[in-house]
Amino acid sequence: MFDFISFIPRAVAQSVPLLLGSTGETLTQKSGNLNLGLPGVMYVGAICGVIGSFMYETNTPAGEMNALFAVGIPVLCCLAGSLLMGLLYCFLTVTLRANQNVTGLALTTFGVGFGNFFGGSLIRLTDSEVPSIALTATSSYFKATLPFAEDLGWFGQLFLNYGALTYIAIAIALICSYFLKRTRSGLNLRAVGEDPATADAAGINVTRYKYKATCVGCMIAGLGGLYYVMDYASGVWSNDAFGDRGWLAIALVIFTMWRPAVSIFASILFGGLYILYLFIPTGTNLAVKELYKMLPYLVTIVVLVVVSMRKSRENEPPAHLGLAYFREER
Amino acid sequence: MNEKTRVPLVHISRRQSLPWYRAWAIRAAAIVLALLACAVITTLLTGENPIAVYGAMIEGAFGTSRRIWVLLQNVAILLCVSLAVTPAFKMRFWNIGGEGQIMAGCLATAACMITLRDVMPNWLLIVTMFVSSLLAGAIWGLIPAFFKAKWNTNETLFTLMMNYVATQLVAFFIIIWESPKGSGNVGIINQSTQAGWLPYIGGNRYLLNILVVALLTVGMYIYLKYTKHGYEIAVVGESERTARYVGIKVERVIMRTMLISGAICGLAGFLLVAGTDHTITTTISASRGFTAVMVSWLAKFSPIFMVLTSFLIEFLSRGASEIATQFGLNHAFGDILTGVILFFIIGSEFFITYKLHFRGHSGKAAEKNV
Amino acid sequence: MDGKTAAVQMRDITKSFGSVLANDRVWLDIYKGEILALLGENGSGKTTLMNMLAGIYFPDAGQIYVDGREVVIRSPRDAFGLGIGMIHQHFKLVDVLTAAENIILGLPGKERLDIKAVAARVREISEKYGFEIDPMQKVYDMSVSQKQTVEIVKVLYRGADILILDEPTAVLTPQETDRLFAVLRSMRADGKAIVIITHKLHEVEELSDRVAILRRGHFVGDMPTKKTNAAEMTSMMVGHPVELNIKRPEPKNPQPRLEVKHLTVKDAEGVTKIDDVSFTAYSGEVLGVAGISGSGQKELLEAIAGLHRAEGGSITYIDPETGKEEELVGKDPRDISDMGVALSFVPEDRLGMGLVGDMDLSDNMMLRSFRRGRGFFTDRKSPHKLAERVVEELGVNTPSIETPVRRLSGGNVQKVLVGREISSAPTVLLTAYAVRGLDINSSYTIYDLINKQKERGVAVVYVGEDLDVLLELCDRILVLCGGKVSGLVPGRGATKRRVGLMMTKLGGGADDE
Repeated sequence: MFDFISFIPRAVAQSVPLLLGSTGETLTQKSGNLNLGLPGVMYVGAICGVIGSFMYETNTPAGEMNALFAVGIPVLCCLAGSLLMGLLYCFLTVTLRANQNVTGLALTTFGVGFGNFFGGSLIRLTDSEVPSIALTATSSYFKATLPFAEDLGWFGQLFLNYGALTYIAIAIALICSYFLKRTRSGLNLRAVGEDPATADAAGINVTRYKYKATCVGCMIAGLGGLYYVMDYASGVWSNDAFGDRGWLAIALVIFTMWRPAVSIFASILFGGLYILYLFIPTGTNLAVKELYKMLPYLVTIVVLVVVSMRKSRENEPPAHLGLAYFREER
Repeated sequence: MNEKTRVPLVHISRRQSLPWYRAWAIRAAAIVLALLACAVITTLLTGENPIAVYGAMIEGAFGTSRRIWVLLQNVAILLCVSLAVTPAFKMRFWNIGGEGQIMAGCLATAACMITLRDVMPNWLLIVTMFVSSLLAGAIWGLIPAFFKAKWNTNETLFTLMMNYVATQLVAFFIIIWESPKGSGNVGIINQSTQAGWLPYIGGNRYLLNILVVALLTVGMYIYLKYTKHGYEIAVVGESERTARYVGIKVERVIMRTMLISGAICGLAGFLLVAGTDHTITTTISASRGFTAVMVSWLAKFSPIFMVLTSFLIEFLSRGASEIATQFGLNHAFGDILTGVILFFIIGSEFFITYKLHFRGHSGKAAEKNV
Repeated sequence: MDGKTAAVQMRDITKSFGSVLANDRVWLDIYKGEILALLGENGSGKTTLMNMLAGIYFPDAGQIYVDGREVVIRSPRDAFGLGIGMIHQHFKLVDVLTAAENIILGLPGKERLDIKAVAARVREISEKYGFEIDPMQKVYDMSVSQKQTVEIVKVLYRGADILILDEPTAVLTPQETDRLFAVLRSMRADGKAIVIITHKLHEVEELSDRVAILRRGHFVGDMPTKKTNAAEMTSMMVGHPVELNIKRPEPKNPQPRLEVKHLTVKDAEGVTKIDDVSFTAYSGEVLGVAGISGSGQKELLEAIAGLHRAEGGSITYIDPETGKEEELVGKDPRDISDMGVALSFVPEDRLGMGLVGDMDLSDNMMLRSFRRGRGFFTDRKSPHKLAERVVEELGVNTPSIETPVRRLSGGNVQKVLVGREISSAPTVLLTAYAVRGLDINSSYTIYDLINKQKERGVAVVYVGEDLDVLLELCDRILVLCGGKVSGLVPGRGATKRRVGLMMTKLGGGADDE
């Protein structure tokens, strides 16, 4: 029998970085910015959180850590780092109107390098005496679950046994969904991504919306990186461990047709596909497991193709996605 | 009453044209600024003086003749991938699946080396490896192109996903070909027989690769500039509607171009496995598929300028790697420097395309008329 | 002056784009409770001038006064704040949003959207001025005139007192035009200042109270509409009295060249655009095609050129040399040229279809010829020579052959395109809106080129929008209405009224119902 009770919580744990990443990217893309720098942003978010908490944890005697600082410092560092990445992307693509694809790829090169560099050199740079980055104390705060979750049997296992960031991720996705559909700024943002010239003529400050959406999007995505290290990886940083989750998050945006609420379920599905190979008995044939790992990518491809085959006006990407806007272009 | 008229501080307009030498001067200035920024960053992190940092970079890239050869070899492979993605970009087909297409080529090459080593003479083996790597890369490129041509499926994500499918396929075969068992890698293929290894020219392991890519550069330059295919690619890239209007079969051009693009990536894979590494790993292409996008774009899709841009990127990464070694830092340092330099160059394009007017004179003109 | 209150005063407004001076020290007054017609040829700077009021462009120099106070309009938001609203020729609406969503776009207000309240207010405005609008309809489902209605309501919703309409009737049927004019009159009665940009003189006479005329970026003058006439307005627009006569040589030995029978064409959405259309185009004659915009003209030409799939019917080409008949349906442009059919096509979208904007003249000449020759390589010398020849013979004003065509002015772009198309010695020449956006001189150059082709024995199909030109240039006029043939009339002797009626009603004009 397939063990759903242990499979689903692990799929959910896998899904959180994807959900935060795709929510952030959806917001960004709704403004017409295709940010291929998302993987870099998530790395930077993660490592900034790690740096912050490393400083705090190594400079605080064990047992004297304050829960508020232990959580607050990495979160703030993470948000600040991702914000800077978002600002950099916007400065290049919006203010300087650079090619979004190239800028995004450069941002990813930079961000992944930044993460791996500090992940690999942090100990040397700070002359610490620890053998590796293992922020177990900080992680324990991030992983704290409701005390009674364990006692509620399968219900607690499936729904309550997660760290706070998991619920925050879902809340953010719901808020973004509401924001895009039901608020004035959400409407304006959609107009900016669809048709900036029209939005501009309607008195919407296109540049400001693009900056705001992209920067907030980057901060949300950065939290996904932070979740990965602090909760999923129990505070242990290892280079390249985050892998391709950033790219999958971008794929999820198309998969969900730019709907953050749908992304909650889609990301759990992807998370499940990501770890399915662990749950399928393959005996001694380890090679087959590698083929199972292809699943999320193959599913994305199939979805891409199906979406493109049945064109509908409602499921199209923002019409001006990937293009810079210049008011006086003639 | 006489409220002072407020006008925007800066006004931006598109340049009519800019002589090529001024455009390149702006880019050169951006690179110089970027190098300065890199030195500052390095100095902040290591405490070394900037001169020593540059010294270390040059040392890392050109220090010994072996290092020069390694540098040239790396430039050659990166250039090869950049040339591969260029026709697709000229067509505005965002192929960021170079990585997967290289992997497909590597996999085909390794598969031939392993499975056919005992059944055919060495020259035939090499020819088979060559042909199958080209084919594998071409197929990997053709799949997304087919869907793009038929249903306009988003090629950026499709090619991206194909990268991971290729990586997993390689991971699968690595376990199958594992040697020794349980090590998790393939080891040097045919170490004793050297079957399927590309010949050394004049005793040099890398020279053949470099020559192949040099030829390819000239070939690609001619292909894009002087052939009917090249012209079709340019027209499709600029305007699909115009292309249809003059009877260019757009779908066919997209597929044909990606076939070529993929095949050249496959060739890069062939050169990597048969010429340089003689093994296969899941990270063998080392993100060249992505770096190539930037190399190609920085060179404005010109194969000749690509020689310079790929050299610049490789020089940086070798140099940065040397800095990392000398000062005991992580090797990802190179990526940071590459990123910084790219940001500067990407930003500099703005000053080539647009002109800034600072308000002042026209403001005065407005005041004199009351 | 006569008790009117100025809503807007523009003084010494100057604006240039690169080397082009679009407005040069223009003065303009706009009064409340008055409809001002802003008249000028295409390229005279009318739209640019109004765009500066609407905050789309920022003037290089000059002052703008609203209600007597000097203002700076840096953005459309500033313009709304001053009660200025502009309805652009190309509608500024977001397709995937509803009418109501488009209307409140960018407006300040409670963050939570109350679309129902918006819809109610929209209905209220509609009733006041006599519009019909469904606030919940998506824009991509709307007809052109519905979209225009949304645009007008959008401006009124924002409380605009000064409305600018840029060529509002270009895309409307006569009935829709009448309805629009009624609405504009009721707004005037409401005390609003209204500017309509146009170049249609009869509309100016019908609707406006005052005319202001621009020529080549300069303000020429303004006067009450009642005190002027079409001839005076035209000469002010053009700068000299114009003899608006186009040559029309008699067709010589007309032979059937292109026979279209029962042609049916659908667009991508499956809507029938050409419905059972039959006609014959003869050599040595200009066949005009008239119709309201969107009546199937584009699809007709594209179907003949092999760019649009035909659902049914046939298009037969009769070779002038051999008399051999070739079927064109089911062929693409390349098949057609491979069959030896010398068909040239000057499409409506010059830079998006006929030419590649970022390529230079020589490379654009190559579009038609690059496939010539057996080899793998292209011949670059002959296109270069052709480009030089076109520049010289048609007087194209360009810095060099190596200039990207995007940088040329509209008239020069069209000369390059037409020059290339006629250089291949066509036997059939299709043209779509060949003089749209061109100044009078360039237009006449194009008419001359068309007549020369006609005299060479080419069958010319001329799709046009200006009835006066169609009636003067064409030997016969095919009138389309909703994709069907409404009638085929001789160009000599047909009246504008009759053709106009046929455009709006199938078989109209023959009998008045």
